[in-house]
Amino acid sequence: MRHKISRLLVLVPLAALLAGCNLVVMNPSGDIAVQQRDLIVASTVLMLLIIVPVILLTLFFAWRYRESNTKATYAPNWSHSTTLEVVIWAAPLVIIVALGALTWVGTHLLDPYRPLDRLDAERPIPQGTRTLEVEVVSLDWKWLFIYPQQGIATVNELAAPVDTPIAFRITSASVMNAFAIPAMAGMIYSMPGMETKLHAVINREGVYDGFSANYSGGGFSQMRFKFHGLSQDGFDRWVEQARAEQGTRLDRSAYLELEKPSEREPVRRYGEVDPEIFSLVVNRCVDPDKMCMSDMMAIDARGGLGIAGGALNIARGKAPAAPGRGQSRPYVPALCNPDDPFGTLQLASIRAEPPKPAVN
Amino acid sequence: MSPAPDSTSFLFGRLTLAALPLHEPILVATFAAVALGGVALLAAITRFGLWGYLWREWLTTVDHKRIGIMYIILALIMLLRGFADALMMRAQQAIAFGASEGYLPPHHYDQIFTAHGVIMIFFVAMPLVTGLMNFVVPLQIGARDVSFPFLNNFSFWMTTAGAILVMMSLFVGEFAATGWLAYPPLSGPVHSPWVGVDYYIWALQIAGVGTTLSGINLIVTIVKMRAPGMSLMKMPVFTWTSLCTNVLIVATFPVLTATLVLLTLDRYVGTNFFTNDLGGNPMMYVNLIWIWGHPEVYILILPAFGVYSEVVSTFCRKRLFGYTSMVYATVVITILSYIVWLHHFFTMGSGASVNSFFGITTMIISIPTGAKLFNWLFTMYRGRIRFEVPMMWTVGFMVTFVIGGMTGVMLAIPPADFQFHNTLFLIAHFHNVIIGGVVFGMLAGITYWFPKAFGYRLDPFWGKLSFWFWLVGFYFAFMPLYVLGLMGVTRRVNHFEDPSLQIWFVVAAFGAVLIACGIGCFLVQLVVSFLRRDQLRDVTGDPWDGRTLEWATASPPPAYNFAFTPVIQDHDAWWDMKQRGHARPLAGFRPIHMPKNTGTGVILSALSLVLGFALIWHIWWLAVLAFAAVLYVSIEHTFNYDRDYHIPAEEVARSEDSRTRALAGE
Repeated sequence: MRHKISRLLVLVPLAALLAGCNLVVMNPSGDIAVQQRDLIVASTVLMLLIIVPVILLTLFFAWRYRESNTKATYAPNWSHSTTLEVVIWAAPLVIIVALGALTWVGTHLLDPYRPLDRLDAERPIPQGTRTLEVEVVSLDWKWLFIYPQQGIATVNELAAPVDTPIAFRITSASVMNAFAIPAMAGMIYSMPGMETKLHAVINREGVYDGFSANYSGGGFSQMRFKFHGLSQDGFDRWVEQARAEQGTRLDRSAYLELEKPSEREPVRRYGEVDPEIFSLVVNRCVDPDKMCMSDMMAIDARGGLGIAGGALNIARGKAPAAPGRGQSRPYVPALCNPDDPFGTLQLASIRAEPPKPAVN
Repeated sequence: MSPAPDSTSFLFGRLTLAALPLHEPILVATFAAVALGGVALLAAITRFGLWGYLWREWLTTVDHKRIGIMYIILALIMLLRGFADALMMRAQQAIAFGASEGYLPPHHYDQIFTAHGVIMIFFVAMPLVTGLMNFVVPLQIGARDVSFPFLNNFSFWMTTAGAILVMMSLFVGEFAATGWLAYPPLSGPVHSPWVGVDYYIWALQIAGVGTTLSGINLIVTIVKMRAPGMSLMKMPVFTWTSLCTNVLIVATFPVLTATLVLLTLDRYVGTNFFTNDLGGNPMMYVNLIWIWGHPEVYILILPAFGVYSEVVSTFCRKRLFGYTSMVYATVVITILSYIVWLHHFFTMGSGASVNSFFGITTMIISIPTGAKLFNWLFTMYRGRIRFEVPMMWTVGFMVTFVIGGMTGVMLAIPPADFQFHNTLFLIAHFHNVIIGGVVFGMLAGITYWFPKAFGYRLDPFWGKLSFWFWLVGFYFAFMPLYVLGLMGVTRRVNHFEDPSLQIWFVVAAFGAVLIACGIGCFLVQLVVSFLRRDQLRDVTGDPWDGRTLEWATASPPPAYNFAFTPVIQDHDAWWDMKQRGHARPLAGFRPIHMPKNTGTGVILSALSLVLGFALIWHIWWLAVLAFAAVLYVSIEHTFNYDRDYHIPAEEVARSEDSRTRALAGE
């Protein structure tokens, strides 16, 4: 019911003004975004209760007490009224108490980290529904979507079956971006070396806009993709289409190639995916020469490697400069890699070499 | 784009001829115009033999009134640059659709929006606010100057040095292309290797020294130098808001300084505070910068609230309604402004409880703000409102600001913010409060106190024209951005595919042109008023029938402000004196102890400018030299014992007599 009333409230004044333009935030297609819209409408109505009288009173007093209107009462020393003071502090307070309650409840219900408990206002999640997992990586300047359950990956194209809960795990390759599909749900930052989460669902079939909503450098404006809300059959066909891309496997070397900065990247599909790749991106060690952050933290948690293994090891490494993206930086080399599975060669060379300055 | 960063020489560091943007026609033409204008100005100063006058009376002055005026001149000059950036962005976004790429490539466009934000906040809004506080506060509290007059001059010149550094980046090298808060890792050495971010860092650090010191100065002035009888609860509201603003400055600018120092270390010596690897964490920067950044918003708006309080009471010829609750509201806002910073990044993945906490604290700020609005409203109630230009700005503010306040609370609801964050809805919101709140307030303040500063009023015709252009222009420029935000359009985009958006950007560009007309009218108003100054002259010193102490003295006030320190009985001190039939003392003048002008501020700021430039370009020998010189001059200045003088009693008598004659209409 609340749903319908709020939709009416927003559409009546705006429809007249804005016919013909697509207010995606006000007319979304996913349950999370619908609830966010309802919250926006409810808070706006609550505040208009106080905003409209203030604006009208301002204009009315300005006109009524103009200097030329000598008939109006003039009380030059009237400057205090306890009753009025109570009212002018209490009226906003009441509104804010109501809004605060809405905020507390809404923020917890719509926490992007919280798994969904319904498909939309009328439908709970049916028993046995499998949540679709999507891993999202923002790169300079394109989006990589990995589907671990399907074993495929795409660049600059996202698809999902309607009425299926989706769990996004989001990270970034180089700088901060924000993963945004306003028709489905609000945005969440993607950050290098970190993982953020978003749970959402799309309820209507269609093609929606997705983009980065946080400025990330020269190619930012073109960091856009299409999000396809498909029927289950349509989605299965879409997955098959990706799988049919023969000989395209997203492994370490393919990712390192993809990672190089580029703009207006066309849609690309990978028929196979290295299942480790997302966790390697988050841990910043797709390059096998680099030590994974998870390993680093595990080593540190056990007391570290001491001066020889720690400081000297940092000093040894220097990443090659990323093309178009500035100079090289020191990094921590992996203690072991496929050629040196137990790290013995590495450790020996660390001990043999004197430290080099880490400053570039 | 940028020359190879590793081509450094001992003598010039990273600076090569390739750093001059000779291939950018827009910049070359701008440079030619600026250079020609500059040469013409310098030639005119030389031709009329004004150098000595300028140096002795203005550049080296320690008079708070002149320093205040210089701050405002700096702000108006920088406004032209910042607004030119705005027009360029609006033009780009109005034409860059589909096949058209517009006229600005991303690297140039990205610098423009960064420069626009940095300049408007640090070098327009801040100098306007500081300038107004500098001019007005000592007069309102019946003081002869600020507590530390030399420090005041030094602060002004440090701010100016920062502004010059930003302007230099236009013609030598580049400016940051990171957005106005320069989030790492984008602003780190890997992703922004050349000089842009270094210009940003050093401009803000140098100007920040000035801002922090001026904050300390004004706090001490307000706390220690009030006239006898002026208890805290008898201070004019503008002085109250100034006090709170300066407390905020002193508490938060060091956070900005420290944050930028950490970023500097990352860029210059290879530390890893905010990098992706080796344990760095960019989220820490985002938190720190907003711990400064949110109070900064209140640093700007509180003095504007003070201006409205003075204006509304004066032009309604009525005591301010609810003085006490006004003061408490100001103090509450000051305190709350420290515990809301996280609302700038709800989308960073904090838990629901953390997000709700910061969302709710943000909403709570709207309670005292709402109370303030009602207080102004009930000051108008049963008043006799004169619609002079400052009052028009105030009514325009009251109507416009509540809309910005409402959208602000919408943004404070975390789930709603997930949709609005970084969209043009956000842009519309903060321009709504900064233009509708801060800019309107500063323009009201300038119009209100102009006769005090110069002895004649501003021409009301051009002032009203300016007001209407600004007001209508604002609605045209920013209401479309609210709509675009609801359509999911994000900020900092320089090219669009969807043609249905274009009409909204064209309307916004039209609004920006209207605002440009408003700025033009304001400048014309300054010129016209100067030419018509004899008709607009005010000899009373109290052209608006004012209520606070600054209207008790002559316009422009003498160097010593008040021949005798007034005694205060009421927060509307001058109104109270007028009611009680106050008579100016006409005899018994005594010599007045005053601070002496000094050129040290100019020299220190010039040396800091050189230091900043050397650090930006990695010219290490020059940096060492400039730093040593800064130290030397600072220490040497402490040995200057020739720093004060007495205005003889006869001279005070002479100047007071001439005011007596002027008041008598001779």
